[in-house]
Amino acid sequence: MTRPLYFDNNATTFPAPEAVEAVLPLLGEFYGNPSSQHAFGQKVRHQLELARESVARLLNCKPAEVSFNSGATEGNNTAIYAALQARPDRKHIVTVKTEHSSVLEVARNLAGRGYRVTELNVDSAGHLDLDELKGEISGDTALVSVMWANNETGVIHPVGAIGDLAKQFGALVHVDAAQAAGKLKLDLAEEPAVDFLTISAHKFHGLKGCGALFVREGTGFEPLIRGGHHETGRRAGTENTLGIVALGAAADLARRKLDAHIEHMRKMRDRLERGLMAKCDDVTLNGDPVSRLPNTTNLGFACVDGEALLMMMDAENICATAGSACRSGSMEPSHVLKAMNVPLWAIHGSVRFCVSRYTTEDEVDALVEKVSAIVRRLREISPFGARSAPRQPTDAELEAHKAYFARA
Amino acid sequence: MTTVTDKVRDHFINPRNVGEMADATVVGEVGSLASGQALKLYLKIGADERIEAASFKVFGSPQAIAASSALTEMLKGKPVDDAARITADDIAAYLGGLPPEKMHACVIAMEALEAAYARFRGIALDNEGEEDLHHSVCRCYSVPEHKIERAIRDHNLTHVYQVTHYTTAGGGCGSCHVDIMQIIDRVRAEMAPAKPATRPAPALAGATGNVSNLQKMQLIQEVLDREIRPGLAMDGGDMELVDVQGNQVFVRLHGHCNSCSSSSATMKFFVQDRLREMVDPNLEVIDTTEHSAELHAPPMR
Repeated sequence: MTRPLYFDNNATTFPAPEAVEAVLPLLGEFYGNPSSQHAFGQKVRHQLELARESVARLLNCKPAEVSFNSGATEGNNTAIYAALQARPDRKHIVTVKTEHSSVLEVARNLAGRGYRVTELNVDSAGHLDLDELKGEISGDTALVSVMWANNETGVIHPVGAIGDLAKQFGALVHVDAAQAAGKLKLDLAEEPAVDFLTISAHKFHGLKGCGALFVREGTGFEPLIRGGHHETGRRAGTENTLGIVALGAAADLARRKLDAHIEHMRKMRDRLERGLMAKCDDVTLNGDPVSRLPNTTNLGFACVDGEALLMMMDAENICATAGSACRSGSMEPSHVLKAMNVPLWAIHGSVRFCVSRYTTEDEVDALVEKVSAIVRRLREISPFGARSAPRQPTDAELEAHKAYFARA
Repeated sequence: MTTVTDKVRDHFINPRNVGEMADATVVGEVGSLASGQALKLYLKIGADERIEAASFKVFGSPQAIAASSALTEMLKGKPVDDAARITADDIAAYLGGLPPEKMHACVIAMEALEAAYARFRGIALDNEGEEDLHHSVCRCYSVPEHKIERAIRDHNLTHVYQVTHYTTAGGGCGSCHVDIMQIIDRVRAEMAPAKPATRPAPALAGATGNVSNLQKMQLIQEVLDREIRPGLAMDGGDMELVDVQGNQVFVRLHGHCNSCSSSSATMKFFVQDRLREMVDPNLEVIDTTEHSAELHAPPMR
């Protein structure tokens, strides 16, 4: 299979050659167990500690505040349960409707078992309302869990302001930074309100199956996975040495050239976005055009079926993600776009494109050429054709959508 | 994305007979933007009432494009009365089979053919002007009642999820599931007027004034059997009713339901909503499945 035109970098990324190279010795002679007392094992232990320092430098925190795990889903689960155990008398959790399912489903699970859960709304640009947070948070709030940046739209939440508000009520703060690492500056010294933060290696050119959890010094912590003293008792189980060493290398790369990477990603993303908007009529941007990740664009193509668009792209070896996921039965609209009140028919025509630091101008131009041709083709086939102006929904449709979202 | 047969893929990537037809004898038009799919079918019918040419324009899923393309190929050269007998299942068979959840693509192709035939013969169809959203059962995808009724009759449907597969109705917010269930009950009763319904329809919320615990348990079992378990079974899972105590419904998940993408919590609320809607608004579902996460959950006090 030839190399795809890969524009799905919020799903996963190309493993950096430096990260792969760093791992190679561990695939061969350095197979020692980092928990072993002998020098052979300690050699690997040393590699893990170097990786921990690299991650700590990326986040601007202490190495002792970093523990390794299997990725952001585990990190999010661990952080939520740990926070609730650190605030045993409090029974309220605040999160946001657009969070990743590894936060939402954990919170919803707890909602059935003694906890009250508030899912904050977002506006049509994907931003939460700090006043709504102010109204919901109380002395009973154990945890506020928000993502730094959204995986579908790239929209960035004001972590500092949210954290300050939470601290006024003594609540703990967890931030899912799976999409932010490598794309935004993450400085935990400048965000003292953040108590827990999760990252995932494969989202910024590390390997799958490895991530890290930051727990601020002095914050109470209970492990999710027990059965050994690994990671100073924070996560039992022999460490994923390959993943951790690759994560360390990826963290170094992300930190050293972050500004250049951001600049490059933004340039490529804007080229892509402008290119598609120039070549296709009736393209709308889902989310905030300014306050978002430099690599993400979520575009709605009017009068185009997202699944048809994606399958035609797939036939041309182009990778991206649609606003609806195919589940058994029907197309399941994205919960993020739904929370932003994007109409159902527009969600079905939405596609997310995400570049990386490795994306080239040639790739972007090829993508724009191919995708715009596919959109043109689908509109040629369509009885609605290309419209010169987006169609306004009828009153009846608006009413139906209102009822729909009241329920959702 | 759904995996597709080679034939579906071929007709999707290289659809045959696309485009308007200036000298068409009749045009059949169905669907809308809001419903997520729409098809315009053009037929040129000769003096001998044979279809000389067929073309189409379509908006919808890959399967809708493939089904439209396939239909035009099937129609070519056929006497128009023979052509009118082509069913959604025939189109699916021509494409080497479609998964049940994509059957609505073949249904819309068949409907466009029907609309064209009716126009050719000068028959009025009762579904003209179906775009009136206020008369839709499913408002997310604006599906009118007669379309649901028709699918139930044509394909002998018994469950809400099947109606979703064939018509897309109920695939959005799900608030019309009770309505669809009532339509299924009514239509099936009409289909076999002599025979009494083999199973009593579950009473709806509010209609259960004084029921015993046993009756309530039977109702709950009925709703689980009809509305929940068939859907779970498609994903290789199942749900067992363990006990009913007062308003507490104890269930247990089996098979893939522990590991599938909808977590047990989401499942719990889905089931609870359905039971509250159909049996008693005060019911609470308690999942007694032993999930690994629960072992690590903080103590609840």
